[in-house]
Amino acid sequence: MSDATKSRAAWQIPPEAVRRYTLAIAAHAALILIWYLVVTYGRIPTFVLPSPVATIASLGGSNYHWIGNTLVTASEIFGGYFLSVVIGVAIAILFSWSRTAEETAMPLLVTLNMIPKVALGPLFIVWLSYGIMPNTIMAFAISFFPILLNTTRGFREVEPELLELVRSLHSSKWQTFVKIQLPSALPYIFSGMKVGAILAVAGAIVGEFLGSARGLGYLMLQVQVTLDTPAMFMAVILITLVGVVLYGAVLGLERLVIVRDARVN
Amino acid sequence: MNAVVEPFISVNGLRKLYRKRDAEFLAISDASFEVAPGELVSLVGPSGCGKTTLLKVLAGLQGYDAGQARIGSTTHPFDPSRDIGMVFQQALLLKWRRVLQNVLLPAEILGLPLRESRERARDLLAMVGLSGFEDKYPYELSGGMQQRAAIARALVHDPKLILMDEPFGALDALTREKMNLELLKIWKQSGKTILFVTHGISEAVFLGTRVIVFTAGPARMADNIPIELPEPRTLDIKTTELFGEYSRRIYHLLGME
Repeated sequence: MSDATKSRAAWQIPPEAVRRYTLAIAAHAALILIWYLVVTYGRIPTFVLPSPVATIASLGGSNYHWIGNTLVTASEIFGGYFLSVVIGVAIAILFSWSRTAEETAMPLLVTLNMIPKVALGPLFIVWLSYGIMPNTIMAFAISFFPILLNTTRGFREVEPELLELVRSLHSSKWQTFVKIQLPSALPYIFSGMKVGAILAVAGAIVGEFLGSARGLGYLMLQVQVTLDTPAMFMAVILITLVGVVLYGAVLGLERLVIVRDARVN
Repeated sequence: MNAVVEPFISVNGLRKLYRKRDAEFLAISDASFEVAPGELVSLVGPSGCGKTTLLKVLAGLQGYDAGQARIGSTTHPFDPSRDIGMVFQQALLLKWRRVLQNVLLPAEILGLPLRESRERARDLLAMVGLSGFEDKYPYELSGGMQQRAAIARALVHDPKLILMDEPFGALDALTREKMNLELLKIWKQSGKTILFVTHGISEAVFLGTRVIVFTAGPARMADNIPIELPEPRTLDIKTTELFGEYSRRIYHLLGME
């Protein structure tokens, strides 16, 4: 049970994980196979449902600018999401320090959250003009609230007796925050970040639909006119991949930071 | 015999009110007692009789409305920031820290030298029977083991006073008896002054050099009984006539004959 054997064991993939990954990959492969068989033997026209092959072939089209459009959409998603995490967690920390601040600002934020963010899209464009900015803000607007809400809850759920324990040792506010409150809240922060990651992707795409000159959402509207369904499929797949990368990064970070037992859901 | 020893804790006419909106609620009315250095005093009584409040007042976590609560003497000076160790009903170990790191928490907060503290934490874990569990996470430990780690944590900064609030209340009966014996051993070895809050009359008598009895509605200190049972205490004494007499007296005070 030395430290060396333990840390090595942590980097080996246990058989149970191998089994789970195999099944997960098999399910994805099966979906693509069924998709292929349905299109090939079901005589479905390409403009309704393109085959996986046709979809991938669309990557070769030079006028789609896949890489550029993907980078634009990804930067909107990551940028908006990053803003949500930083601002959401910062405000939650502020709330944890001042009850008055929470009681003043929270009802207002709840009201603001009731605004359908999509309805603000045209305003964002007026304020920030076409481009990456309004779509980044849309991704932020949609993903911000769940992160704030979960983090606020996390700071509130700290065991009161734990706070008494450190208070009996006259711990400073900073020590209490760093050693008790923040690590206690981390599982909730990640729970909010996971919800937020999915919403940020939707936000950026909605933003592009409302008005933009670049990005995968913009590209979908362009190729829709010519019924270029394979390219639309490819765009959806790339959007999904960007989302998967973001979600995976959050999940990976959570695993690094939080002990198994302390994770929420 | 205590007359020559200056008391370590002296509580005099202590009164504590809770105010909720317009209603006032008496948590402690007129508690007076003394504790000599190195005593293990049990505080027993029903829920809501102010035992926990009393511990919080002594820990400096709450103020009070009248009377005095003084800790420390010329022979045993007391520093309120570093001479208190607390153990609660829940072990309250930090889930994200390994056992050794959990035990070190008070030392970190007080800024004690880390190497010596780590050494001391290992010794304490050995004393509470947790050698070899230093690198486990709390979820890998049973309830009783978690509570042992919590006791080690309460001792790591070498405080003079340990405040225990129903520390074994969440454990099963057998583990609880075992922990009682462990606690007596730890108390003898460390020489700490311990205040032990419990619902359990038998536990209070078995552990205490004295039992202070509180009654509820309104919260009131009912008696302060020196327990003169043979030392060292073993589980056998629970069946003795004297033990039964002490228990009966406390049941009587609590109105539960």
